[in-house]
Amino acid sequence: MSPNPQLNKDGGLRHLLTIDGLPRAILTHILDTAESFITVSEQEVKKVPLLRGKAIFNLFFEPSTRTRTTFEIAAKRLSADVINLNINASSQSKGETLLDTVDNLSAMQADMFVVRHAQSGAAHMIARHVAPHIHVVNAGDGRHAHPTQGLLDVFTIRKYKGEFHNLRVAIVGDVLHSRVARSQIHALTTLGVPEVRVIAPKTLLPTAVEQMGVQVYHDMGQGLKDVDVVIMLRLQNERMRGALLPSAQEYFKYYGLTPDKLAHAHPDAIVMHPGPMNRGVEIDSAVADGKQSVILPQVTYGIAVRMAVMSILAGN
Amino acid sequence: MPTHTLPDANTLINQLAAAIQPTLTPNTVLVGMHTGGVWAAQQLHGLLDVSMPHGDLDISFYRDDFDKIGLHAALKPTRLPFEVEGRDILLVDDVLYTGRSVRAAMNALFDYGRPARIRLAVLVDRIGDRELPIMAEFVGATASVPRHQHIHLIRDDAGQLSLKLVEVQ
Amino acid sequence: MKIQIKNGRVIDPKHGLDTHADVYIAAGKIAAIGDAPKGFQANRVIDASGCIVCPGLVDLAARLREPGFEYKATLESEMDAACAGGITSLACPPDTDPPLDEPGLVEMLKFRAQNLNQAHVYPIGALTQKLEGARLTEMAELRDAGCVGFSQADAAITDTQVLVRALEYAATFGFTVWLRPQDAYLAKGGVAHDGFVATRLGLPAIPASAETVALATILLLVKETGASVHLCRLSAAESLAMVRRAKSDGLKVSCDVGINHLHLTEMDIGYFDPNYHLIPPLRGLRDRDAIRAALADGTVDALCSDHTPVDEDGKQMPFGESEPGATGLELLLPLTLKWAREHHVALPDALARITLHPAQILGLNAGHLGVGQAADVCVFNPETQWIVAASALKSQGKNTPFLGYEMQGKVRATLVDGHVVFEG
Repeated sequence: MSPNPQLNKDGGLRHLLTIDGLPRAILTHILDTAESFITVSEQEVKKVPLLRGKAIFNLFFEPSTRTRTTFEIAAKRLSADVINLNINASSQSKGETLLDTVDNLSAMQADMFVVRHAQSGAAHMIARHVAPHIHVVNAGDGRHAHPTQGLLDVFTIRKYKGEFHNLRVAIVGDVLHSRVARSQIHALTTLGVPEVRVIAPKTLLPTAVEQMGVQVYHDMGQGLKDVDVVIMLRLQNERMRGALLPSAQEYFKYYGLTPDKLAHAHPDAIVMHPGPMNRGVEIDSAVADGKQSVILPQVTYGIAVRMAVMSILAGN
Repeated sequence: MPTHTLPDANTLINQLAAAIQPTLTPNTVLVGMHTGGVWAAQQLHGLLDVSMPHGDLDISFYRDDFDKIGLHAALKPTRLPFEVEGRDILLVDDVLYTGRSVRAAMNALFDYGRPARIRLAVLVDRIGDRELPIMAEFVGATASVPRHQHIHLIRDDAGQLSLKLVEVQ
Repeated sequence: MKIQIKNGRVIDPKHGLDTHADVYIAAGKIAAIGDAPKGFQANRVIDASGCIVCPGLVDLAARLREPGFEYKATLESEMDAACAGGITSLACPPDTDPPLDEPGLVEMLKFRAQNLNQAHVYPIGALTQKLEGARLTEMAELRDAGCVGFSQADAAITDTQVLVRALEYAATFGFTVWLRPQDAYLAKGGVAHDGFVATRLGLPAIPASAETVALATILLLVKETGASVHLCRLSAAESLAMVRRAKSDGLKVSCDVGINHLHLTEMDIGYFDPNYHLIPPLRGLRDRDAIRAALADGTVDALCSDHTPVDEDGKQMPFGESEPGATGLELLLPLTLKWAREHHVALPDALARITLHPAQILGLNAGHLGVGQAADVCVFNPETQWIVAASALKSQGKNTPFLGYEMQGKVRATLVDGHVVFEG
């Protein structure tokens, strides 16, 4: 197999495409750097001149206001110039290929591409293609990876729990279709979390998921027992009824996080969700807004983590 | 210049404290620049009669050599437990060399607010090597060392500070 | 034109021949092997020292991309590639545009191929109109136009009743139906084998059961209808076990596998390399090993290139959107030799799987060196090493998982009907 396409020849991070295969030291460095960026939001001028003069293109082939906004804020706080491009299917169908688009934007002196695409591996393909000075950040590709989300989740966990080596973490929901879950699993296992569980009906778990280093549960009571962190996954609307699940109601009854089910977890357990939430489908409002929820801090930390990623990449 | 000819760090800090003490106002705060400046500021803070806690400043995000060397491996969080606005700031660093770090530190401070005054105290002033129009108000000692050498402030396990000369890689 | 191929090691699996001898060719046919026919005066001598002289290769699946996909490849480019690969007969699947579902299209293809005067082209006709799996084609007419079998290529028949009728109708005339077992629903949307690699990479998956479920259906229907079926591109270990049982039960089935699946697994996809996007998907190590063993023990009758040239635009896409398939005409021989070396298969047995056996599946008197037989011959040096690079391939498709790999074994000369069509 070819060498890890994310790393340069000195082992430094050149692109962030997936957490899979990154050494623990790099993850820790990103988290530590993010820690420094948290103070930037406390400044009077919420901005540092680190990436002044750099052009960062947000290339969103799949709409996502939320993720795009956090990347945009992060880039702007680093003083970079941000150009947002929402490329929908119609402009792609004019015959310009994905790589044509990338070539065109590269010619406009891009320094970094933040890419969101519906196809797994799209960010890898762009990273393979771009000139050596351009960095690529994967902002979500198909079902494959959403590494900055995974990083902000472990950053949040570290903030609340301090260490990773004594934690039990449960990830609940549609793991099969979730790039977030895959990135979380890689981040947690790389950082040394000894017990990562996934809880879902069999229709929402991919084949051989246990080979990713997780324990599989189908029952919330058993799966949540004594966990320190509960991560809920979003259930896409189109999957709520059909051959994967009979109905949103039945899903909520068996897999929705309610105060009753959360009671199985450790009393100090924190509850996380990558957003946007489906209240009453995967999570009860009483939990989402409850005192164990750290869902809003996740969003805040997301900006610092993305600032860390962008500045580390741009400096390598 | 061999190591043993560098002055003793503690002596310098004591001299600085003596020089600074008469100039203090109730509005004065000490801000140390990571990493050596923070150690020096901590010690000065112990010697000086200032009521406000001292601040720690990391200038990594304001450096002008990011394009050449990227982000530093180990960042230290900036910690300024006071309003910067209207404050009399005494910036503390171990060595004043090109002046670029001080420039970065001033830019960083201004992103927190508009200080009333900024003064600079350094243990060692490497004279003749300045690249920016910056000078220190309080100087422990001056030194002249070749460009292939750096002066580092180091701290041992017991917390004792000393100055050391190292070859530039 | 009289040609003498001298000093070579002659291997002819059909006649159990493996000997150092000269081959004499006259009037497009094999005149003698060993002693020269009386008064034989060669116009041309090919020195095959250090080389193997064997029947020209017979490839069961080579997409020539005509008609309809000339931007991906043309008959000219792909026939050149076939000759450079030592292939003298090839069957082409009906998934052209339009598909080979009308006699006129088949006749045109045959006519174009004959004018090129290179490898023999044997079209496989479409089993259903437009390959839509609904209405049968005029199979008898298509046979008269030159089709040697009928197939759906990679388009599955979702309506099992249509499948039954197609088998019955084909059986009426004694036609062989070529089927790649795939359950359209189980494979829906998938691009990679349903295993750990697809899970890790987040690629929509195709389970092995997509193949085995469809295969079970086909085998039961073969038993019921008495149809003659050739099973194409099997990829799963369980499928091979099923075929082994079916054959021992006396069912009339044959089967082939493709060169890529003989050597590669899901692991080779690496970081989403679209050159590894194939149909069927590359499966697990256990499946790959089962394929290698089944090809050796005769469960699998033949090995084919499954040649599918794709233009660069088709591969310069994210894995799931990229066009599946790999170029293969020029890799069939070296990858057969690689398997034989690694799996300790005697060279004559290995060569039988790309000469005699595929010819038998096609119902051709080809793939052997009998005296009086049309002189379709491949001369290759089994030791020559070369690197697979775009510039080294004559095919217009440069898409292969083996780009950058070192191959051992290279064609020195290819003869079709006694004409030298390639010399390397």
